[in-house]
Amino acid sequence: MISTQRIGRGAYLASCTLIFAFLIAPILVIVPLSFNAEPYFTFTEGMLRLDAEAYSLRWYRQIIENELWTRGLINSLIIGIASTALATALGTLAALGLSSPAMPGRRFAMALLISPMVTPVIISAAGMFFFYSSLSLAQTHIGLILSHAALGTPFVVITVTATLSAFDTNLTRAAASLGASPLLTFRRVQLPIIAPGVISGALFAFATSFDEVVVVLFMGGIEQRTIPRQMWAGIREQISPTILAVATFLIAFAVLLLLTVEWLRRRSVASPQAD
Amino acid sequence: MQSNTNIKTNTLRPRLRATGLVLPLLAFIAVTFIAPLATMLVHSVYDPTVADALPETLKLLKEWDGNSTPDEVVYATAARELLKARQDRSLGRVATRVNRVHSGLRSVFTRSARELQDVREGPWRDAMIGLNTAWGDVQTWHAIRSAGAHFTARHYLNALDLQPLSDGSIDRQPPERRIYLALLWRTFIVSLSITALCLLLGYPIAHLIAHSPPRIANLLLILVLVPFWTSLLVRTTSWIVLLQTQGVINDLLVTLGLIGDDGRLAMIYNMTGTLVAMTHVLLPFMILPLYSIMRAIPPGQMSAAASLGASSFQSFWRVYWPQTLPGVGAGSLLVFILAIGYYITPALVGGSTGQLISNMIAYHMQTSLNWSLAGALGGILLVCVIALYLLYDRIVGIDRMKLG
Repeated sequence: MISTQRIGRGAYLASCTLIFAFLIAPILVIVPLSFNAEPYFTFTEGMLRLDAEAYSLRWYRQIIENELWTRGLINSLIIGIASTALATALGTLAALGLSSPAMPGRRFAMALLISPMVTPVIISAAGMFFFYSSLSLAQTHIGLILSHAALGTPFVVITVTATLSAFDTNLTRAAASLGASPLLTFRRVQLPIIAPGVISGALFAFATSFDEVVVVLFMGGIEQRTIPRQMWAGIREQISPTILAVATFLIAFAVLLLLTVEWLRRRSVASPQAD
Repeated sequence: MQSNTNIKTNTLRPRLRATGLVLPLLAFIAVTFIAPLATMLVHSVYDPTVADALPETLKLLKEWDGNSTPDEVVYATAARELLKARQDRSLGRVATRVNRVHSGLRSVFTRSARELQDVREGPWRDAMIGLNTAWGDVQTWHAIRSAGAHFTARHYLNALDLQPLSDGSIDRQPPERRIYLALLWRTFIVSLSITALCLLLGYPIAHLIAHSPPRIANLLLILVLVPFWTSLLVRTTSWIVLLQTQGVINDLLVTLGLIGDDGRLAMIYNMTGTLVAMTHVLLPFMILPLYSIMRAIPPGQMSAAASLGASSFQSFWRVYWPQTLPGVGAGSLLVFILAIGYYITPALVGGSTGQLISNMIAYHMQTSLNWSLAGALGGILLVCVIALYLLYDRIVGIDRMKLG
């Protein structure tokens, strides 16, 4: 009885290890390969022997020297930051309204506001292409900023409403009874407490825009090529190890974002009001 | 009376304030997101190209009995309007539209319009039939009449492998042109398989994290969240690197002597590639809802069941599993919704056999330029997603959707 239980436990832990390997290995394998001295996508014998000659930074140098990548980065940052600012401002306001029990049609409004997140991106992209072309906004930065902001707002709404659900409304009432205007109450009482949720939402929105390729593919011109658009071209047309170097950058960036969000979450849980 | 108005203002004020806060975003989403979707749906049923180019011809064809070739005046009008369309460069688009109703007519239109320039006078009927016998075929005129409608359900029929016949009835497409139903079915089956795979792989992981000591659980959770945050294109690239013929896994298998150098496995640019990469991409969406449900189940329950004599399978199946069903439902629905509309991963690693309905929409948007059909396929996919989304709202509640 004990031994079968032990075997069962062992099998369970072994399969869990394999599944974690499935989750993480594909991401880890990219990093060493991006330092490959040869233009291959697999480990050379020299790399396995840990031969210093087999490693190089040539693909990283190529990113910096290639104007397509630097331009892509600038475009990604412009579109990402502008759309995040828009999504965060509108999303936070909406979340404040949605968290009020007085909000009429709350469920319907919420369903509508979250819908950009679950609509297949190919449908959104096709529709945006038709619509923004008719407004002459296709192939402009403005068009992409508006589209990415639309795709990013659900994340802000979700994270901020989650933070607000833990918010003690007595605090706003106390502020109001002490004579604070609603705006002052929001700025001095509510905002500092929900700030972690707002920042998390903003990071989600930025990550969404920074990784978005389909809308850019349909609506962006040469002038709006972003990093993901450039990667897409690289994967589809001429795959070069430069992509692995870019991918390594993006992995580092993702880890940074993730750790920030986790830190914010813990901070928000640790604050007494949020419990 | 006095108190009545007081109550009214008391409830009205917060309602107005809440609505006022939500309204800017609602307006923004209506313009930047809902309006584009509506435009796509309009494209799927409304196409004025032919109607704008051949208005007089179409007006005359309304009177036509449809059994024998039209009168001389119809030919004369059509010839005039075709020449005009050629001049203002809309002929190509008109020919393409008519060709979609009756294939082969594209060249008839473009060639005849070119040759009509040299025809100085009528009778136009004989002249046109002389240029191309297709003008003497009633089917050609049926096709023009059908393509000339402003609104049409033809693209939706087409997307369901159906076609309208000239007598107004609906029939299935000829076997060699039936592709979309099979593709929809494949998309459904693939999404279902991916959901099942995610559940199979995600359940034990979520269980392990939920019942580990907090420090270890946090660490393991990070391992799930790293892929969740990593760029989709990066993850897809990784699978290409791992699975391609000259890739890491094939190299490893050859080195280990498990397969010969000429027996390298084809694991990517086919359905296997789509299944593996999409399961990897969607797995966190299964693990996270499962984890948040499992965390709330007290571990003491299982030992209580065991102490009452249940085997470990019994106590799992009768005590633990039923309590995780809300998480199973939430995770499965979310993964399924995301899977049926997936585009990027199949496009990059699916080859020709691993394509899904979204890839067909992209094909009609970018390559065949049949935007109406793309719109119709998009409309069908959208209806499926909305239905699933409402189901998700009913079962799980959209406001309980969590990120990370």
